[in-house]
Amino acid sequence: MTQAFELTVNGEHVRIETHPDTSLLHALRNDLGLKGTRFGCGLGLCGACFVRMDGQVVAACDTPMWSAEGRSVVTVEGLEPGEGLHRVQQALLDEQAAQCGFCVSGIIVNAATLLDTNPDADEATVVQALDRNLCRCGVQRRVVRAVLKARCEGPCHVTPEDAE
Amino acid sequence: MTVQREIVATPTLPQDLAANPVLSRWVTVHSDGTIDVRVGKVELGQGILTALAQIAAEELGVDIEQVRMPPANTARGPNEGQTSGSMSIIHSGSAVRAACAQVRAKFAAEAARGWDVDPDRVTVRQGVFRCDERAVSYGELAGLVDLDVAADPGAPLTSGDRSVLVGMSAARLDLPDKIAGRPRYIHDLALPGQLSGRVLRPPSPEARLLRVDESRLADLDVRLVRDGSFVGVVGADEAETMRAVKVLGDATTWEESDSLPDEDDLSAFLRSGPHETVEVLTPEGPEPEGRTISATYSRPFLAHGSMAPSCGIARWNDDGTLSVWSHSQGIHGLRAAIAQALDIDAERIEVEHAENAGCYGHNGADDAAFDAVLLAREVPGRPVQVQWSRQDELAWSPLASAMTADVRAVVDESGSVLSWRYDVWSQGHTSRPGYLGVPGLLAGAYLEQPWSYPAPGDPPAAAGAGTVRNGVPIYDFPDRGVTGHRLLETPIRTSAMRALGAYMNVFAIESFMDELALSAGADPLEYRLRHLGDARARSVLEAAARSAGWETPMEEGVGLGLGFARYKDKGAYCAVIAEVEAESDIRLRRLTIAVDVGRVVNPDGVRNQIEGGATQAASWTLKERVRFDRRRITSDDWESYPILRFSEAPEVFVEIVETPGAPSVGAGEAAQGPTAAAIANAVAAAIGVRVRDLPLTADAVVAAIEAAEG
Ligand code: FES
Ligand code: FES
Repeated sequence: MTQAFELTVNGEHVRIETHPDTSLLHALRNDLGLKGTRFGCGLGLCGACFVRMDGQVVAACDTPMWSAEGRSVVTVEGLEPGEGLHRVQQALLDEQAAQCGFCVSGIIVNAATLLDTNPDADEATVVQALDRNLCRCGVQRRVVRAVLKARCEGPCHVTPEDAE
Repeated sequence: MTVQREIVATPTLPQDLAANPVLSRWVTVHSDGTIDVRVGKVELGQGILTALAQIAAEELGVDIEQVRMPPANTARGPNEGQTSGSMSIIHSGSAVRAACAQVRAKFAAEAARGWDVDPDRVTVRQGVFRCDERAVSYGELAGLVDLDVAADPGAPLTSGDRSVLVGMSAARLDLPDKIAGRPRYIHDLALPGQLSGRVLRPPSPEARLLRVDESRLADLDVRLVRDGSFVGVVGADEAETMRAVKVLGDATTWEESDSLPDEDDLSAFLRSGPHETVEVLTPEGPEPEGRTISATYSRPFLAHGSMAPSCGIARWNDDGTLSVWSHSQGIHGLRAAIAQALDIDAERIEVEHAENAGCYGHNGADDAAFDAVLLAREVPGRPVQVQWSRQDELAWSPLASAMTADVRAVVDESGSVLSWRYDVWSQGHTSRPGYLGVPGLLAGAYLEQPWSYPAPGDPPAAAGAGTVRNGVPIYDFPDRGVTGHRLLETPIRTSAMRALGAYMNVFAIESFMDELALSAGADPLEYRLRHLGDARARSVLEAAARSAGWETPMEEGVGLGLGFARYKDKGAYCAVIAEVEAESDIRLRRLTIAVDVGRVVNPDGVRNQIEGGATQAASWTLKERVRFDRRRITSDDWESYPILRFSEAPEVFVEIVETPGAPSVGAGEAAQGPTAAAIANAVAAAIGVRVRDLPLTADAVVAAIEAAEG
């Protein structure tokens, strides 16, 4: 019952033979070996598996392959073209904004998508966007601080209200 | 069968080094200069390996980049028991320090021998030994120094240099991979020939499997595995095994029965007995005359709720040995439990730790490993990776026990305490693999030859106890009685979760302290200090009050609340001040925390642990409650078991109060209890109504208001 699906993943054209109901998450992890997108709930409720699909942040666990056909998907591994880290990733690293780190792939995809479209997003906007991501280790405030820092290129100061 | 460690009578060596004295168990120096430091403690997302690498690097006299920390392994590394209870840094840290100091001394001696100089003249920095103009590196000496020797109990425990690395905030060694999205977790392991496994958990804990209609699986490319009421599938494609287990759900017939208590009256359930009674403090006589104040507090069952559902990998090898990969907190205990469950020799089993998402106690990790062992038995030579679902994780991992406590005090005219009585009822707080003399692995209870499991137990007092952990108030009351009542029969599987009974006990004690202060007309901070002689305790409380602006008057509907404890009576001091806005809803704005963990190895690590612990405790306190009907747990996803979200996470300020010279203690569990009490006290300060039953939801507040008006 498998079928061939063609889509773009991190800028590359890929062809995946699988069951149409297989989730994009499992296709990314198992067929393409892209393990950065994590399995947290499989129910679209935690954000661990967030990817960008045609510009929108979606839960890969909740995206069957039949609906990914022809789409363009960006995963945490492909946020920054070439080597190196996306500035949101760099900011998380600088702020040590993670404990176990399991939630961060989805958070990074979500926050990076927000900043790429809204580079001046304020704290409330960041918090609202990240409300779809769960973190059990309790690093939410560190993450918000890091994302706010990542807004600006070069040396950057978080405004006092933001740092509050 | 429990894992017994031989107690070796070498009091001068740290306990974990005495138990694993051969230096090569701990340290391997490679000719390229990298140094493997093996520990028995495991990374649970708390940054322990970074802290231990820092200690190792300092003692060896090398840069931290030169040190590698391979995963704990039963065959290759030291046995250091569980990674739990905030003791890791104490036990492993001192062992690593001593082992590395001895390794360094051996290398320095070898360098000195080669140069024919006195070893005292040899120095080491950044991995290079020097004397006068001569220099030689660890890597160059690697082949010349034999580490297959026992540690010398007479050797100094430390090289004694001034701390260069310790006390600085080293960046976590594991975060670059995790933030870049590189494979790092047990979920990401892809061993050669690896298959995927899924287990169909029964519809309810008491259920027994009657029939499987195998024909329903005919179209699916999986193999069915059944042993009694344990049933699962193995296949090459994970998505296919997921489909198969869904089909299997409809293809199985079970016999079920009601076994769970009434979730709306847990207090009656916990008090119904039979109990084991633990008298922690026995009062000397009857309570004195005076005004008596009393109250009852409770918390519901809680779930670990790790962000990653449990996962395990196993392979039965051609030579009859068994390899297991697990995110267990205790790989040696898991190995012994698997051996016992299957009646095989533990020596034939090798367990290696693999990281997973944050672990806050005994969750489903060991159970998933055993699931993998059972499924892999059907496909010898092939590794099988078993992935739990979110629903199984929330409904089948061991829970943290519900608890209830009665507190009573007799006070004098000034409101100060003359006598204190405390009784707490709970299920036990541990059923770790092997702990109760049984394997304690979930699937074991469903096999054709099932293991039956006794009610959960409690760790001994020396290990910090369970039900009565932090049951003794830190305050200098003249007359105290503290008693624990552990339930001896229960259908609910509970085990260790962050802070064990301390979360509830500190919540109750510190809530009651505020109630006493209120009835004495005293300020809650002053009231505590009045009963508190311990100087470190006082300075932590005062530091928190200072940085929270305790004296500052609050606007209408906003309250500050205080919670304080010394974790396990001998661990970290932690004072939390919560700022809560209580209008139509409860909004936790801020937590201001002061903590004294003795000598600080990694300040940012301590801050991160305290922030995380307090935020998680805020989630337990404000939102969490395991729900069930008389048959099964019903809170099995993030909608039915909601946890704190970004928009609800409080700002957390952490101030580290240094006590120079005091030994390091863990930070991971210190904030749990004080945070709960601080929030409850802040709600009471904001709206004048006390909620004594967790969680502190808007509904609970409304109920408390109605009861107060009632
Ligand atoms: S794994 Fe997809 S939202 Fe949780
Ligand atoms: S850092 Fe562990 S879940 Fe977020």
